[in-house]
Amino acid sequence: MTIQEVQQDRKKSPFYACQAKLDRLNQWHEWKGYSSANAFYDSELEYFATRNSTAVFDLTPMTKYRITGPDSLDYIDRLVTRDMRKIKPGRVAYAVWCDDQGQVIDDGTIFHLKEGEYRLCSQERHMEWFTAAAIGLDVNIEEETADVAALAVQGPTSYSVLKNLHLDGLENLKLFGLMNFDFEGTDLMVSRTGYTGDLGYELWLDPSKAEALWDALFEAGKDHGIMAIGTTALEQSRIEAGYLAAYEDFLPALATVRAGRSRSPFELGLGWLVDFKKPNFNGRRALAEEKLRGSNWRLVKLDIEGNKPATHSYIYARKYGRLKQVGFVTSAAWSPICKHNIAIGTVKTPYGAVGDTLWVEIYYQREMHWSRLIAKAEVVDKPFWDPERRRVTPPGVY
Amino acid sequence: MTEMTDRYDAIVVGAGHNGLVCSALLAKAGKRVLVLEAKDQVGGAAITRSFADGYSVSACAHLLYQLQPKVLKDLGLKIEYAAKNMGTIVLSPDGQPVRISGNRVDGVSEADADSYKGFFKRMTRFADLLQTYMNKPPPRLANGTVKDFWTLARFGLDVRRLGKTEMQEFLRLIGMNMYDELLERFDSPLLKGALSLDAVLGTHLGPRSPNTILTYLYRLCGNHGSVALPTGGMSSVTEALAHRARDNGATIRTGMPVKRIIIDNGRAAGVETESGDTFSSWLVVSNADPKSTIMSLVSSRNVETGFTRRVDNIRMRGNAAKLHLALDGLPTIDGLDKKDFGERMLIAPDENYVERAFNPAKYGDFSLNPVLELTFPSFRDASLAPTGKHVLSAIVQYAPYQLKGGWTDTARDRFMKTAIDKLAEYTPDLPQRITASELLTPADIEKEFHITGGHWHHGELTLDQFLFVRPVGGAAQYAMPLDGLYLCGAGSHPGGGISGAAGRNAARVILSREKAA
Repeated sequence: MTIQEVQQDRKKSPFYACQAKLDRLNQWHEWKGYSSANAFYDSELEYFATRNSTAVFDLTPMTKYRITGPDSLDYIDRLVTRDMRKIKPGRVAYAVWCDDQGQVIDDGTIFHLKEGEYRLCSQERHMEWFTAAAIGLDVNIEEETADVAALAVQGPTSYSVLKNLHLDGLENLKLFGLMNFDFEGTDLMVSRTGYTGDLGYELWLDPSKAEALWDALFEAGKDHGIMAIGTTALEQSRIEAGYLAAYEDFLPALATVRAGRSRSPFELGLGWLVDFKKPNFNGRRALAEEKLRGSNWRLVKLDIEGNKPATHSYIYARKYGRLKQVGFVTSAAWSPICKHNIAIGTVKTPYGAVGDTLWVEIYYQREMHWSRLIAKAEVVDKPFWDPERRRVTPPGVY
Repeated sequence: MTEMTDRYDAIVVGAGHNGLVCSALLAKAGKRVLVLEAKDQVGGAAITRSFADGYSVSACAHLLYQLQPKVLKDLGLKIEYAAKNMGTIVLSPDGQPVRISGNRVDGVSEADADSYKGFFKRMTRFADLLQTYMNKPPPRLANGTVKDFWTLARFGLDVRRLGKTEMQEFLRLIGMNMYDELLERFDSPLLKGALSLDAVLGTHLGPRSPNTILTYLYRLCGNHGSVALPTGGMSSVTEALAHRARDNGATIRTGMPVKRIIIDNGRAAGVETESGDTFSSWLVVSNADPKSTIMSLVSSRNVETGFTRRVDNIRMRGNAAKLHLALDGLPTIDGLDKKDFGERMLIAPDENYVERAFNPAKYGDFSLNPVLELTFPSFRDASLAPTGKHVLSAIVQYAPYQLKGGWTDTARDRFMKTAIDKLAEYTPDLPQRITASELLTPADIEKEFHITGGHWHHGELTLDQFLFVRPVGGAAQYAMPLDGLYLCGAGSHPGGGISGAAGRNAARVILSREKAA
């Protein structure tokens, strides 16, 4: 018997060559079939580029679907929990989609490219579910991950950098808006979106012009501290912004086996995305019932004393003078910009209301020896990092 | 002309027998009920209609074997029969037929006859167990009520009370195929052929397919498999139901095909007919099959994705055709007396023959050697044919819904000739007695009776589409996941056959839910 050879090479993003040129560490991992860098120079340095100047992150591997056809609006409106009729062409919406039990399958951003034409970006691939959701509707769904090169350009000087690319009218682009420009004869779409919680943009264009865009961008940004960043730095930023990551802060419902391991939008703090004014959407009946009966879980943002990240910690509440385990941390980091020890976690209701005091059990290692401490954690309501500059239009010139 | 919107307490889509039972019971409870039927005649797939000048026949279902006594009792109905407890004659190519009646078999060895007695006793006992659950909504497994729990517990207890050996047998047989069981028990090819056929009649299954014992048991539910012919054909049953519904105050309008069920803000609000009339009601009960109810009448955009996918995946590809022949006199069949023409006859020479007949159907071809269940209804009921003349009504298998190349007129003619040629092997003088003929393929059945796939059970009767999961998981108690919308047809529990159980159960669920609300 011979074992058939399997193509195991990772895909290379159209920006791969540009990134490889800058790379000093050779630390790459696999992201949805693509090679993606953990870091190029030093993840701390890259993190500070996001907060102090401009960071460039290659998000080409992010799963992208093109949704077209006469029923595309009806389709998306039934698919996700929020009201997509309000999202006009040229606007972008953050959304979650649920199964019939009202459990979150994934979250993502939906770009209303033009009347009746959408791009949906998500962490995971969902063709099977999206195809099922299309039964009985006149709609066409195509994965276009490899057909679109995408870059995130994030940080306080990102507007100044892009201005140097002569993108006329960019100053008018509002948060969650998108605009189209000409770049060397090709369409360049710019959206004011991102995963860092800072002023920033995402650039989308044909892969054939990827390298040209990269070079032009770094030329335009050379006086604005532009820097390529890897996933480690991005992860730190997104926790500060309070954004969720699939497989970290929640498990996609279709990937769970055991009962109670998935989460509803309410249980992820995304109740604001659920619009019961819509007569029908996936999960509506179950979510209406949950709204009535109450949720089992609550997502908490924690401000923890000390400076040891509470990675994978148990969360406790004090009850009758004793600590009772009520949940666990799903994402944690020391935030250099906020100077706070922050975490995102999931706790059983009724624990974890804003203002409550919880406790986390932190293990840390020094010279092989493990130590354990119980640290106080305040439940906070706002994202840890949400600067005014993120949404000011026209954006500040830094 | 568009009528003014009329408001009703309940609108029933389709006047099939289940729809009529449901309407009659809802009307009896004081509801203002409107029944809308697409055809010009009530009855759905249980109708008598003319197919040639002077000749009438029960067009789809042609034998009554499961009509639930509870349905008749609740509605105070009495059915007139032209024949009851009809026997079965398994035709033999060499004129040595086997006769089956109740637990008796003639024409087989003593050993086989004895074995059949034991087989019949066990099967009817198991069927009686299932029968209890035909007349109540299936319990829910998850999120059930206390009542659901007791129904389930009761079922477990009932199975246990069969006794240790019989319980083991029940659990062994329920998912098994008929073929293996027959091989262990009987020698007579004709007997094995007949039981094979009874296990697969009206399904997309062969005797070697899993769970064909279940389909056989289902057949025995109610009357232990003894079949009857209502006087005047099936319409007499459904006309009686319609009369009772009208007496109870229901309005029945025929020739009113429903175009869509109106959904208003996430709940059923009425129906719109093809002609543009709208009727309002907060309660819509569909007698149509689950697929056409959800996919065409409601539209998937009004229900959620997981549910849509499950409904879309319901297996309901019909595989049986219906043959109607007008004869200028009774033909002769080797080994049969004249009185035998009043019985049910089968052409299924052995178990392998039946399985082989199924083989082509798996790949989109019809059987070149089909199996047949045939009756001469006019022999028992002279009203169906001119004096001295006769009608032959037969179910012919297998004729797959998705025939390669489609059911064109040529394909239909070819299959009809195949069926008649097969009949002629047993009754050579039949062809020259035919004065008119009609064959309804599953495609014709779909068109005439509005059943998706032409599957008269409104969905294959298999373990994965049975009891708690009929029509689909999460919607087994007649209520659809849309407020105010219910199913009452064969696609819901317990399934097809002219039983009325689905219609009665649905009405009871609707009324009890209303009481609870």
